Order: sequence, then C-alpha cells, then structure tokens
Amino acid sequence: MTLFGIPLDTHPIWLTVQVAAITTIVLLVIGVPIAWGLSRMRSRWRVVFEALVSLPLVLPPTVLGFYLIIAMTPNGPLTEFLGLFGFSGQLTFNFTGLVIGSVLFSLPFMVQPMMSAFQGLSEEVLDAARLMRARFLDRFFTVILPLSRQGLLVGSVLTFAHTVGEFGVVLMVGGNIEGQTRMVSIAIFDHVESFEYAQAHLLSAVMVIFAFATLVGVYLINRRFSAKLG
Amino acid sequence: MFAGNLILTVGDFQMASGDFAFDSDGITALFGRSGSGKSTLLRAMAGLDRHTRGQLRFHDEVWQDGRRGLLAEQRDIGMVFQHAALLTHRTVRGNLAFAARRAPGDRGAAIDRDQIIERTGIGPLLDRAVGNLSGGERQRIAIARALIGRPRVLMMDEPLAALDWRAKAELLDLFETVIRDFAIPTVLITHAPAEVERLADRVVFMADGAVERVEALKEALGRIDSPLFTEEGPVASLDGHVERVDDDPHRLRFVTTPQTDSGQPVTFQLGADGAAIENGPRRLRVRADDVALSRERIGNISMQNQIPARIERIDTSGPGRRAVFMTLADGQRLISEVTDRAVANMGLDTGQAVTALVKSAALMR
Repeated sequence: MTLFGIPLDTHPIWLTVQVAAITTIVLLVIGVPIAWGLSRMRSRWRVVFEALVSLPLVLPPTVLGFYLIIAMTPNGPLTEFLGLFGFSGQLTFNFTGLVIGSVLFSLPFMVQPMMSAFQGLSEEVLDAARLMRARFLDRFFTVILPLSRQGLLVGSVLTFAHTVGEFGVVLMVGGNIEGQTRMVSIAIFDHVESFEYAQAHLLSAVMVIFAFATLVGVYLINRRFSAKLG
Repeated sequence: MFAGNLILTVGDFQMASGDFAFDSDGITALFGRSGSGKSTLLRAMAGLDRHTRGQLRFHDEVWQDGRRGLLAEQRDIGMVFQHAALLTHRTVRGNLAFAARRAPGDRGAAIDRDQIIERTGIGPLLDRAVGNLSGGERQRIAIARALIGRPRVLMMDEPLAALDWRAKAELLDLFETVIRDFAIPTVLITHAPAEVERLADRVVFMADGAVERVEALKEALGRIDSPLFTEEGPVASLDGHVERVDDDPHRLRFVTTPQTDSGQPVTFQLGADGAAIENGPRRLRVRADDVALSRERIGNISMQNQIPARIERIDTSGPGRRAVFMTLADGQRLISEVTDRAVANMGLDTGQAVTALVKSAALMR
C-alpha cells in the first residue's frame, strides 16, 4: 500500500491494533478484579501489592522484558507453569509473547483508574443494593461496574494507547520479525535505522494523531463525568 | 421482636450494645446523641458489617450467632439512608425496578407498586434522573423503593436530618401514614425528640455505644430525667383523635383514647387554626410549661381547657422548679411545671385531685 506516494507496510499497524485490543480485553478480565480486590483490602500488605502493580510504571521496559524472556523461555517458569494446563509451544517471539508482555506492562494503566473508581463508590449505595437482595455478582455487574464506567473507559483507553506506544518490552519479548512481531514503534525505529525517513515520517505522524486523539478522548470522558456529578 | 447483644468496632469506636430486646411492631426509635452508636447498632442489625459479633434474633430467626451472620441480602430489610442512597446510574423508575425485580413474590399482594408510587407522590418523577432531585424528593423515592422491595422490617437512619424544615414536615407526615398503613415494623434512628414523640411507640436509648434502656414512649416521657426532654422542658404526649364541635368547621376538639378499661376519654378544645381533620389516631403534644395548676375549677378565665387530674408524683426539674406528673381520667399523663413556692403554698401532694389549666396544646399528627 502507498500513501502520499510513500510505500506503507500496513502489517505493523494491523498487528499493533490487534495486540492492543487483546491486551485491553485481557486486562479488563484480570485487571478489574485485581483493582476491586485492592480497593477493598484493609490489610497492611495492601501497599506492597499496590507497589507491585505499579512497578511497570517506573521500571525501564528492558528490565521487564529481560525478566519476561527468562520466564518465557521453553524451560522458563512461566512456560512450565502453563505446561501444567496443557500448554505446549513457544511464548517468546510470537503473538502470545507480545500479549503477555503488554498485559504486564500495561497493568497499572487499567488497575489504577479502576481502583480510584471503586474507591469513589458510595458505601451507602452499595449497602442499599445489598439490602435490596442483590448478591455480590449481581451487585458487581448491575451497580458497581455501571457506577465505575468512567474508570472502565479511562482504563481501557489508556491501556490500549499505552500498548500501542510500547517499544522496549515488545522488542525484547517479541523480537523484530518482519510480518510477525514487528509493531509500529519498532517499524519506525527500523525505518530510521535504514534512513527511510519518508516511511518513518508517515508512521510517526499516524502515531502522533492517534495519541493526540486518544488523550482528547480521555479528557472528554473525564469532563463529561465530572460535569454530570457536579 | 428483636433480641440480641451485638458488638461492632469501627475504627476506634466500639459499639457493645449489651443485652436488648424489643417488640418490632409499630415504630421503634433508636435515640441518642451523635456518637452514641445508633448507626453502628443499626448497621450491625442489618448485617452490613461483616465484623459484627454477638447474637441477634428476629422473631424465631437467628440473624447473628457469634461470627456468623445471615447475609444482609437475606434479611428482608428495607433501608432508608440519610442521603437516600439512590442508584445514580438509573432513573427513578430504574431504582424502583431494581428493588421490584429482587423482591420475593410470595408476599406480593400486600404491597402494590402503583399504590406505593401514588402514596409517596413520586409519579411525576418516574422518568427523571436521580442526579438533580431535591433532598425531599430523594427521600420519597428512597422510601418508595424500600417498600417496593417488600421488606419485613423498615430501617431508617436519620432520614430527615439532611432536609429543610418544610420537606421535613412533609416527610414526617408521609412516613407516619405510610408506615402505619402498610403496617411495616420500623426501626428509626433520630436525635430529634420531636420526631420520637410524634412517631415512636417505643424508644431504645443509646449512650456510649450501648443500649441504655428500652421503654414505651409513655414511660420514656414519664420521668423527669428523660433524654427526650430538651431545653423546652418536660413534654406530655396524648393519644386520641380529632372531632368537629357542633359541625362547625372552625371548632375542633381532641378526644383522648382511654388507656385502661375503666378510663374515660378526656376532651381538649383546640384552637381555631382549622387543622385538617383526618380520621384515625392523632397525637397531642403538651409542654409542661403550658400547663398551670389549680386546686379547683376556675370560672372566668381565658384558658378553656380545664382538665381534672390526679397528682402521680412531684419531681424536681431544676433550681426552684418542680415537675408535677398527673394522671388523667383516661389513664394518660400530663405534666405541669411550677415553682417550689407554688407547690408549698398550694399544698400540692401525691394523690391529690387538681385541675390542670392547659394554655396551649399542639397537634403532632
């Protein structure tokens, strides 16, 4: 495909969108319960878990990528653990590896907005729902999640965008296999290395527009919800 | 019937109720100063805090036994919180539907949804979002939602505290009629003596995290050190009904309900304020300050209410002040506050027949 007369390899874009979408879905499934558990935790160990979840925010992605590679080699602990459930195959340098790395790397971007949404819930409202005979799962899906929808939206958008923007972890875990694990950020790096500035420009511009639109979206969500509450 | 002994620690506050037992029918007021543990006891009774320990029975059902408590979801309690606690992601109709969908079907006939909406006057609000309703409207919806859930017990945690006086007055009327008409046992937290005098059948007094005592309202108003008496001084509360005098719309009288088999009703002339006559039980509030005493009936005097009474006992109510507790012919109580000197000069004593001169009396309902 060519755009403005510049050859554009669309595979990295398509791959990036897929990885980001699946990462977001996986994190909705595992990040939301983690956020709920942490927000309800009264133990003094809570700070330890909170720090653990936030670790990817401050670690260099290469550190995370390095440990992930070690865990995900064919004899690594993660591979062997998954083997207990009948998993066979490779985790690194493929799509699965990209998703696992992205999930860990983006964990705080889902958990933190959800935690603050959960902590902002009115206890009285939750109590009222209980007294109306709503059991926990009933409450969770009919009261807790709907009232936390701002956190859900912000967490999902941030997770998606952050996955799109990652570089270090996907490079280390996924490698840079053309047509298989080469995501947009890596493709840009490649183009620059090979002095293909036109292609680098095009992809970078796409990323800038995407990132800007995402942030505008997040701020719009936040404004709409706070206006509603006010 | 509620009976139990509950312990619940919240932060550095401990509520240890001690043994308590009270009938659940009618309206029970949980009364005490702020910080006395009323809300904590109510939350423990509702099963809302899993750190609750102790015992609680509702009739024959065990609600709490040691660490194990019946889930709040299974206690069939309708709760009205101070700030209504409506589901803000739903409309008014959606809030009612939430309760209706989870209500048991078998107690169905007793409470009808349309009837509740009509009685609480929330019909025009049904399609509104709950975000921009007034405090009074929210509480109407909260009580409607609680009733639609077909509870066996209604619990209210200072439901009027956040309202302005007008909304307060309207909701007091509403609570009263709705609770009586649907005959739902109710536990009401309040720190306003006027609400207790008006609504309650019995009072659970709380202080320092414990149940101090449980008394029928009459008893609670029958002792000079009652926590229900504020700076207004002692107050008597009389049960009865209102009648027209000679079919004249501007002349009303209050006729008390005898409390004993041999009791005779007592009649109070009411002011011509044209208070709406509603059938059914009403309550008259008489401040001890507004009652003067005479040894005999007086002929020419502006006070039209001269009620024969017998002195039950005389207590000291303050420096130089005495509270004279009297029994009326219907078995109910009236209190008069007079000076020491008056007691001495008139030779007042227990057992004496006197005439109570009632300057003013207010209908509470």
